[in-house]
Amino acid sequence: MVKKKRRSMLYIPGNNPAMIQQAGVYGCDAVLLDLEDAVALNQKDAARILVRNMLKTVNFYDTEVCVRVNNFHTPFGLTDLEEIVPLQPDNIRFPKTETVADVKEFMKEVRRIEKEHGIKNPTMTIHVMIETAKGVANVYDIAAADPRIDAITIGGQDLTADMGIIKTPDGVGIDYARKRIVMAGKANDLDVLDTIFADVNDDEGLREETEYIKKIGFAGKALINPRQVDVVHDVFNPTENEVRKAYRVYSEFIKNKKAGIGVFAIDGKMVDAPVVQRAITVLEYAKIDLKEIEKNAG
Amino acid sequence: MTPKFKAQAGTFESSDIMILIEPLEKDSGRKVDISSTVILQFEEDIKKTINQVLDRLQVKDLHLIAKDKGALTQTIEARVETAVKRSLGIQEGTM
Repeated sequence: MVKKKRRSMLYIPGNNPAMIQQAGVYGCDAVLLDLEDAVALNQKDAARILVRNMLKTVNFYDTEVCVRVNNFHTPFGLTDLEEIVPLQPDNIRFPKTETVADVKEFMKEVRRIEKEHGIKNPTMTIHVMIETAKGVANVYDIAAADPRIDAITIGGQDLTADMGIIKTPDGVGIDYARKRIVMAGKANDLDVLDTIFADVNDDEGLREETEYIKKIGFAGKALINPRQVDVVHDVFNPTENEVRKAYRVYSEFIKNKKAGIGVFAIDGKMVDAPVVQRAITVLEYAKIDLKEIEKNAG
Repeated sequence: MTPKFKAQAGTFESSDIMILIEPLEKDSGRKVDISSTVILQFEEDIKKTINQVLDRLQVKDLHLIAKDKGALTQTIEARVETAVKRSLGIQEGTM
């Protein structure tokens, strides 16, 4: 199965009908319909009803749809869940997760609502968002807190505010948090997604930051403007050379596997399980069906 | 149900609709005024959508003013529902 790509996740304010109805054509891998920070306090009710109606009727094509609800410790969190969970978007994003207890409390309500609506095989997954120092400290336990969590993400703006520091272009203040969250995610086989890049006019800065977060293990990045999509995709897409090399590695791996050989060499370089795994990741990003390679290698 | 307060929902942005609701005296019925950038093409559809939401929520005795900027049906439904719930005091929002 080809792994779902989450290179770009575009935030869309939940009270903006024009942007929501066009969400499927921005070209991003996922949209994040936001009921939290992008919505004014006196418009929370309006956004919730609008997003609910849009989820029922808008064609998002093959764009993954995530809804960021308000945290449970606000007056809006539970009402958000009551309206959104029955519609089973692809995922729900739970902001400011700080402890395993937060996840348990949240999931208890999600499961209750699903049960009340007769949803026996829920498909919706959960994204936990780490945005405080306490959340960073507990992230290993949070990442393993529920089997329906399939992504973990860092909220850079809130985290720097919580730490009492200013978010600088080099991201040095949140570097430890980024790396710790990546490790927690990888240890639990989760996608790890990076925070936004706030300056929509600085394409070079966005490119540099995306190249960095790709190097340290993030699967994608949250965006705040459709203009940022192409830059992020350009960084995450493998080059033609990388795809050709990965194709060759996987093809040779299949042939050798059939011959009972686990480790082999290509052009004098050893190919073992980690090299094959990296090749598979590249092929998945290039949307190449592994089964086709397996057939051809036979 | 009868609205208790003046309420509004929506914006004047493109693809949105602004709904204003004023309570009327008992047994006054329902008065709906619509202005829209697409009034010639969609006046009846907009009116029908508004009335369907009001019927579903069982509200009467109100004056509803709609200023539309090309909102889709689901947006009109959302804004009317929000304005009605605000006017009934079920949820809080602007006005």
